[in-house]
Amino acid sequence: MKIVTGNDLKSGAVIWWTGVGWSLDVNQSADVADQGAKIIAREEGVQNVVGAYVIDGEKDADGVRPAHIKERIRALGPTVRPDLTLKPADPAAVNWVI
Amino acid sequence: MYKYDDYDQQMVDTRVEEFRDQVRRRLAGELTEDQFKPLRLQNGLYLQLHAYMLRVAIPYGTLNSTQMAALGDIADKYDRGYGHFTTRTNIQYNWIKLDDTPDALADLAKVEMHAIQTSGNCIRNISSDQYAGAAADEVADPRPYAELLRQWSSFHPEFLVLPRKFKIAVIASEIDRAAMRLHDIGIRLVRSDAGELGAEFHVGGGMGRTPFIAKKLRDFVPIDQMITFAEACVRVYNRYGRRDNKYKARIKILVHELGLEAYAREVDAEFAHLLTQPIEPPLAELKRIQGFFTDPPFAQETGGEVDPDDRDDPDFRLWLDRNTYPHKQPGYAIANVSLKPIGGIPGDATSDQIRLMADLAREYSFDELRVTHAQNIVFPHVKKRDLYALWQRLDAADLSTPNLDTVGDIIACPGLDYCALANARSIPVAQKISERFGSAEKQAEIGELKLKISGCINACGHHHAGHIGILGVDKKGKENYQLLLGGSEGADTSLGQITGPGFDEDGVVDATEKAIEVYLANKQGEERFLDTYRRIGMAPFKEAIYG
Amino acid sequence: MVDVQFRFRDDDAVNDPAVTVSAFTEQSNATAVRVEPGDDARELLPSLDRLALVEVAFPNWTDGRGYSSARILREAGYTGELRATGDLVIDMLHHMRRCGFDAFAPEKPLNPDDAKVAFERWENVYQATAVDGRQPIWAKRHPA
Repeated sequence: MKIVTGNDLKSGAVIWWTGVGWSLDVNQSADVADQGAKIIAREEGVQNVVGAYVIDGEKDADGVRPAHIKERIRALGPTVRPDLTLKPADPAAVNWVI
Repeated sequence: MYKYDDYDQQMVDTRVEEFRDQVRRRLAGELTEDQFKPLRLQNGLYLQLHAYMLRVAIPYGTLNSTQMAALGDIADKYDRGYGHFTTRTNIQYNWIKLDDTPDALADLAKVEMHAIQTSGNCIRNISSDQYAGAAADEVADPRPYAELLRQWSSFHPEFLVLPRKFKIAVIASEIDRAAMRLHDIGIRLVRSDAGELGAEFHVGGGMGRTPFIAKKLRDFVPIDQMITFAEACVRVYNRYGRRDNKYKARIKILVHELGLEAYAREVDAEFAHLLTQPIEPPLAELKRIQGFFTDPPFAQETGGEVDPDDRDDPDFRLWLDRNTYPHKQPGYAIANVSLKPIGGIPGDATSDQIRLMADLAREYSFDELRVTHAQNIVFPHVKKRDLYALWQRLDAADLSTPNLDTVGDIIACPGLDYCALANARSIPVAQKISERFGSAEKQAEIGELKLKISGCINACGHHHAGHIGILGVDKKGKENYQLLLGGSEGADTSLGQITGPGFDEDGVVDATEKAIEVYLANKQGEERFLDTYRRIGMAPFKEAIYG
Repeated sequence: MVDVQFRFRDDDAVNDPAVTVSAFTEQSNATAVRVEPGDDARELLPSLDRLALVEVAFPNWTDGRGYSSARILREAGYTGELRATGDLVIDMLHHMRRCGFDAFAPEKPLNPDDAKVAFERWENVYQATAVDGRQPIWAKRHPA
C-alpha cells in the first residue's frame, strides 16, 4: 500500500494521512494508491502538514508497517529513548522497528 | 568571558523579533515552506525526523554559569528535559515546537545567547580550542579573535547565501585540539621572529562525502588585517564556488578544482583591493574584546596539589589521571566532564545535569565552562585542591566517567534515531562499543583511541578523522556499517581508509574488537592505536577482520 | 521588464533597456546593463562612468553571487542605479541595501508593509561594507 506521512506544521509531530485527516498513529494510515501527490499538494496548501511524502507500507493483522526503517523510526520515536516514544510502556516496541 | 554591550544585545533582540515575524508569516500562509526553510535554517531551526530541532550557538564553545543554567531551563520549558551537545560545540533541542521558537529565542537573548547562523549556507558558529586561555602552549588566547570573527560574520550582508555552509576555527597552539585543519578556514595564531602576532590561514578542509585536509594559504597575515583577509577568502568563494551540485559546493572542492595557487592568486588580488576599503575594525576594538578575556583572579599560592589522601580513592585517581589536563597556572588544572557514560548517548545531558554543571562552574571554575568538539564539557580553571570535591559532585550525577580520549569517549552524530538525513543509526553502535570496551581495565589496556561514528556520508560524526571510524550506510533498506582506520584530527591530521566490505550492527562491533586485538598484539612500547596502524599498515587489520 | 517596487534615489527613473554584459562590453552606446549570477562584474569597471543602470539578476534568491557583484561595483565608485531584480524576498532586502542596491524590482510584488519593516528593522550593523554609508558598531564604540 501507499501511505502519506509528514509533520504537523505547528508542533512538528510526525503525522499520517488517514483518508479524512491526520493521525499520530501509523496504524490509522489509509492506502492512498496513486492519489498521494494530490493529497500532499492540497494539505500543504492549507497549512495542515509540512514535508509530506509518500512511502510504501504493508498492512497486516498488527496494523500498518512502513517498508523502510526510517519511517518505522518516525512512527515509533527514537529507538535509544524508549521513554520518549509513542509506546513508553512497551520495552519490546523497538523490535518492531528493526 | 565576553559580555554584550547595548549594541550586541540590540542585535540579538532584533533578530528574535525578525524571526517572530517570519514565523507569523509562515503560520499565516504568507510564506511557503520552500520560502521559509532557508530563513528558519539561518536561525538554526531544522525539521528533523520526529519534530523541529533547534540548534543554539555556543560561540567558540565558551559559556558562563548563567548561560549554562538557562540551557537547562530551556530544555525543561520548551523541550523534553535534555539537550545534545554537538561537534560544532553547539547544543541541540530535539522536540521544539515552531510556535514556541520565538519565545525560546527570547529566553536565550536574555542570557546573551542566540541561534544565529547555526545552519544554512552562511558562516557558522566560530569554533576554537576548548582549553583556550587555560593551556600553557598558546601564543595568545584565541577567543578574542574568534569573537571579532563572530561579529564580522553575524549578518554579513554579502555572505548570507553562499554556495554552501562555511566553518571557521581559530586556535593558537602547535597542538590542534579543535580539528582546525578540517575547517573551510582554519586560523592558527602565530608569532613572527620579531614577536608580532599574526594569523596563519588554512583553507579548504572539511569532511562530508569528499574529505580534504586544509592547505596552508598564508603563513602570516598581520593581525590588523585578519578580517579583511577573511573577507577576501570568502568573497572569492562566493563568486566562484560551485552552485550546480550541493555535494561539490564547499570551498574544499573549489580549492581542489582551481588548485591552491590559482585560488591564492584570486584571494591576493581581492585582498589587495579590499585593503583600500575601510572595512577592518580598529585594533582598539580587538583590545576592547581582549579586556573580557583576562585571566580570572587565580590564587597565588604555590604548591597547591591534590591531597595525597584523596588520591587514595581509586575511582577518583582514575578520573584524575584520565580527565584532567595541565593548566598554565601553578596549582590549577583543566577538568573534563565526559558526556559518554558507558552505554549512554554521546553528548546528551539532562536538564538537571546541565544545571549542576552550571553550579559547579560557579563554585569551582570562575563561572566558566567550555564545550568541546568531542561533545564533552570542560571546567577550565579548577584549583587542584578542589578537584576531589568537584569529582564527588560529578560522580553523584553520573558525570564522572573516566574515559577522555579512550575508546569509550565516542563522537557520534544523532543518526537515524533523530536525523532526517541519516541512513543508519549511530547511537546504538556507540552504546554497544562502549559497553564492550568501556571497563576501566580495558580502557587502561587500550589507551588513547579516538572512535567516531557518522550515520551518513555527511560525516557529522567525523568518522574520517577517527583512529577508528564507522560510517553508517543504507544497503537495500538495511543499516550497514563501514569501518575506517587511521584517521586523525590533530597537528597530524589524516583521513581514515575503509577496511573493506561493510557489516551489520553487531558485525561492526566485532570488527572493531578484532582491530583492537591486532593493535594490542603488535603494539610496541607506548604506541597508541594510531601509531601502530601507521607503522604496520592496513594489511594485518584486514587479514584479522576478513581473513 | 519588471516594475521597480522600491527605489531609494532622488534622480529620475532609468528606463533604458538593459543589455547583457558581453553585449555591453562590445557595444559603446548602451547605458544600462544586466548582470547575471555567473557574470564577472569587474568587466564593467572600465566603463562605469557611462552607465546609468545596472540590473543584477536573482533568478533564485538563494544564489548569492549578486551580492558580491553589487559591492564590487560600488567599491569601484559606481554611483548610478543598482537594481536587484528577480526572485527577491522580504527578509534579504536590508542586506541587499547594505551591498549597495538602491532599487528593487521583484518578479512578484512584495507586501509593502512587511518590506518597510524589513528595510528599517536593523538600527545597527556589525560590518563596514564601505558602500552603504552606514557606521558599523565598532566605529560607534570607538569614535574617532
